[in-house]
Amino acid sequence: MFSGEQVASLFARCGITHVVTVPDSTLGQWEPAIQKAGIRLVRVCREGEAWAVAAGLYLGGARPLVMIQCTGLFESGDSLRNVLHDWKLPIFSVIGYRSFLNQETLPGDTTLIFTEPTLQAWQIDYRFITEPGQFTVFARHLETCSAEGKAGAVLIAEGKA
Amino acid sequence: MSAPPAGMGLQDALVALRAERRADDVVVSAMGAAREWMGLGTHPLDWVFVPSSMGQATSLGLGLALAQPRRRIIVLNGDGSTLMNLGSLVTITAEQPGNLVLLTFDNGVYEVTGAQPTPGAAGGRQAGDRVDYVALAGACGFRSTFHFTTLPEWLAGARSVLDATGPTFALLDVAPVPGARGPRSPGPTGERARRFMAALGPRGELGIDHPRRPG
Repeated sequence: MFSGEQVASLFARCGITHVVTVPDSTLGQWEPAIQKAGIRLVRVCREGEAWAVAAGLYLGGARPLVMIQCTGLFESGDSLRNVLHDWKLPIFSVIGYRSFLNQETLPGDTTLIFTEPTLQAWQIDYRFITEPGQFTVFARHLETCSAEGKAGAVLIAEGKA
Repeated sequence: MSAPPAGMGLQDALVALRAERRADDVVVSAMGAAREWMGLGTHPLDWVFVPSSMGQATSLGLGLALAQPRRRIIVLNGDGSTLMNLGSLVTITAEQPGNLVLLTFDNGVYEVTGAQPTPGAAGGRQAGDRVDYVALAGACGFRSTFHFTTLPEWLAGARSVLDATGPTFALLDVAPVPGARGPRSPGPTGERARRFMAALGPRGELGIDHPRRPG
């Protein structure tokens, strides 16, 4: 979908200092470029941790971003609720949408049923990115959320499980 | 008559910590420790993590430690909370924040729900053994680990814990507080977050080294 360099350049332009992440087969490919851009990767063991680590970073003056797969979004529930809704911290997230572009990879993958309703249930202002031409949508949403101090997310369609 | 609970009093342990805490230390507290810590007074650099997501105080403390590497970050956590986020011990040691001190108060129970045993406590396990959190922390890679079973031991050792090479893990055996309630939020969350960030000072003052930029 996007190159690591594209994404890393956007993050750097938006002042992102840390990317808190559990990789998947798409997002993980971006890691070398993100690190090359001088942004620190914080590798957590489960995605619920990512929101709390990002909250601590934000409170401490950094500008973190959470980068996880949609399965990790499901795992994130209570931590995400606390950070985004109890504390109203403006944490942006990049969420990989497993197998959306190649639904034969995992026939019957229920992430295709639950991902968007989950984002909506958590009242996350997200943009759904399904093709490379939508990079500007990704960029604009991150830039807007950063400038306005709001939480938000982009849901990135992926082609591999 | 039942035997008295083992371990030191949680509040006594926190009073001792309060005496050793530096003015520029950040203290993150959650669950029962937050309830008792709040009861001892307030400090601009206290992050009373109420409301919280149970188990996430260690992760939030890690984020603060990375963002504020020249401050000491002290996290007050319980054994039940530790069990809910065991992976965070590995995440912490992966990052090796030398300024992070994790104090785990082990009372063996989920206190505010009626003192049911945790699965890490002897009373919650079929074999009746107790999970060795100190060995676990050591195996994860905490550079300094401690275990205190009595208040005199803690009084004598608290300073050493805070000054140890981090990341540091200390387990304190404490007695459950009978009939204890859950902690109550000491005020509106948004306002508390703003005050806390203001108390930390401008970004970069004691905080992160600004990242390199490409090109």
